[in-house]
Amino acid sequence: MLAPSAIILGVFVLYPLGRAVWLGQQRCDNFGNNCVSQGFGQYVDLFRSTEFQNALGVTIRFALITVPAGVILGVGLAVLADKYLRGIGVFRTVFSSTVATSVAVASLMWLFLLQPSVGALANVGWFNSLFPSVKSPGWLQDPDTALWAVSATSVWANLGFTFILVTAGLQSIPRDLHEAAAVDGAGGARRFWSITVPMLGPTLLFVVIVSSTRAFQTYGEIDLLTGGGPQPSNPTTTLPYFIYGQNSPIRNDAGLQAASAVLLFVLLLLLSGLQLAGIGRRVHYGD
Amino acid sequence: MATDRASVPVAAAPPGEPATIPELRSRPSRRKHFDEPSGVGRLGRYALLCLVAFVVLFPVYTTVVAALKPGSEVLQNPLVPTTVTFDVLVEAWNEGRLGRYLFNSFVVASIVTIAQVVTSVLAAYAFAFLEFPGKRLIFLVFVATLLVPLEATLVVNLETVDGLGWLNTYQGLSVPFLATAFGIFLLRQVFLTLPRDLRDAAAIDGVGHLGFLRHVGLPLVRPTIGALALFSFLGTWNQYLWPTLVVNEAEMNTVQSGLRLLRRSTLTEPNLVMAGTVIAAVPIFIALFVFQRQLVRGLTAGAVKG
Repeated sequence: MLAPSAIILGVFVLYPLGRAVWLGQQRCDNFGNNCVSQGFGQYVDLFRSTEFQNALGVTIRFALITVPAGVILGVGLAVLADKYLRGIGVFRTVFSSTVATSVAVASLMWLFLLQPSVGALANVGWFNSLFPSVKSPGWLQDPDTALWAVSATSVWANLGFTFILVTAGLQSIPRDLHEAAAVDGAGGARRFWSITVPMLGPTLLFVVIVSSTRAFQTYGEIDLLTGGGPQPSNPTTTLPYFIYGQNSPIRNDAGLQAASAVLLFVLLLLLSGLQLAGIGRRVHYGD
Repeated sequence: MATDRASVPVAAAPPGEPATIPELRSRPSRRKHFDEPSGVGRLGRYALLCLVAFVVLFPVYTTVVAALKPGSEVLQNPLVPTTVTFDVLVEAWNEGRLGRYLFNSFVVASIVTIAQVVTSVLAAYAFAFLEFPGKRLIFLVFVATLLVPLEATLVVNLETVDGLGWLNTYQGLSVPFLATAFGIFLLRQVFLTLPRDLRDAAAIDGVGHLGFLRHVGLPLVRPTIGALALFSFLGTWNQYLWPTLVVNEAEMNTVQSGLRLLRRSTLTEPNLVMAGTVIAAVPIFIALFVFQRQLVRGLTAGAVKG
C-alpha cells in the first residue's frame, strides 16, 4: 500500500535532492557534458559570487517589501470588513477574490496595467500626469522601481489569501472581549491594539511564515513581468529565477543550477525551522 | 473556529442578502450590535468599502475591458468599453489556443488529483493500521519530503523526465506529482481517530484490510478527501515553473505556460493577451465560487486551529 507513494516520493523528491547535492559540486561544459568534480568548495564559490549575492539580496528585499505590505493590507481589509453591515458579504467576496488568480493571470493583468506603451495606467491621463514615470521609462523598465512594481503584483495576487486567513482569525476573537472593553470606555483604536492585535498573534505568525516562504519561491511574476531585468543590474532576479530563468547566466550549467537549488533549499529549511519553533506548539499534530 | 461556526445553517441568510462564504458571513444577530455604525459613520464605512473594493478589482476591471474591445480601440480610453465585441475572446480561444491549453490543464490536474487521492489513502491507511518494521522512520522520511521545495528538485526532475522521453507529454507534466506527503499526513490523522479495537474486531470477523478500508475508512475520510482533492487540483492547475520547463511544443502547454507564450503578443495585440487572461481566469473563479466554503475551511484549518 505504501509502494506507489514511496516510489513517487523517492524518485521525484528524495533522489533529485540527493543528486542535486552531488551535481552541485560538478563543473560541466556548456553542453552539460565532461563534468569534473570541483569538490564542495563550489558551493562556497557560488555563494560568494556577485550573481548569487545579487539574487539573494533581491529575494530578501522582495520578501521585506511583500511580507509586511501583504500583512498590513490584509489586516486592514479584514478589519474594514469586520463590521455588522447589510451586504458586507459582497465586500468580503470581493476582497477574497484575488485568491482565484494564478500567478500567470495576476502577472499579465499587472503587465497590462503597467506596460508603458499599451498599459491601462500608463494611458489614463490623470494617472500618468500624477506619476509621469509610469509612462517613461515605465515602472517595470526603471531599475529603481521594477522590484516595487513586481512586489505590488505579488501582494495583490496574495491579498485574497491573507484576507481570508485574517478574517477567520478575527472571527475567532470572542466578541465579549470587545464589548467589555467598550463598556470600560476603550475606543476603537485602543481595542484594535490591545485586543485585536494580540489575539491575532498566531494567525499573523502563520501568514508571515507562509508569505515569506512564498517570497523565496517567487518565479512566475519575475518571468512574466521583467525577465529578471532590467539589464544589466538585474534588480528583480530572485533566487528561483536565477536558477531557472531564461535570462539567467547559469541557465545551461546543470552543476551551478543544482548548487543554487540546494542553497535555496537550505535557506527555506532555515525559514521552516523558524516556523516549527514558532508555531509547533500551537498546531495539533495528534498521535 | 470552524467547529463553532459549523452549526450556523447557511439557509438562515436573511432574504436580500447574497449567500456567501458561510465562514466569513457576519454573525446573525437579532439585536443591534454595540459596535454597529449608524448614520454618517455607516455611510462613511460604505463609501470606504466601495473605494477599497474598486481599487482591489481595478486590475480585473481593466483586463476585462481590454478583452472586450476590438484591437483598434484598445489604447483609447482604457477604462471605458466603447465598442463591446466578443471577437477577441473567440480569437484567443481558437488562434491563441486557449481552448487547447484549458483542456491540457484539465487533463493534467485531473490525473494528479485522482492519483494523489488514491496514493494518499493507501499510504495513510498503511501508516495508521498496518504494523511493519521501520514504520516510524519511514513515516518521518515521508513527512520530511514536505520540507523539500519544488525549486530544489526540478533541475534533476527535468533530467529524469527528459531521460524517460517524457518532455511535452501528459506523463511528464503529471508523474512527478502523483503522490504527496501532505495528503498522506492529512488522511492518516483522520484514520487515527478510529479506535484500534474496531479494526481488531473487524479482523476477527474476517474482514480484510481492503474491506475495512472500503466500508469503514473511506466513509470516515470522505470530507477530508474532498479538501485534499480541491487543493491538489488547484495546486496543479496553478503550477507555472514545471510546465514551462517540460513543455516546448505549443500544443502541450497548460493554461499557465500557455499564457507565457501568449505574452509575446503584449505589444502588438494587448487585447488578445487580456482576452487570454480572462479565459484562463474564468474556470478557477467559477470553481472557487462553487467551492468557497471548502476552500475557506481548508485554508483556515491550518491557521487558527490551536
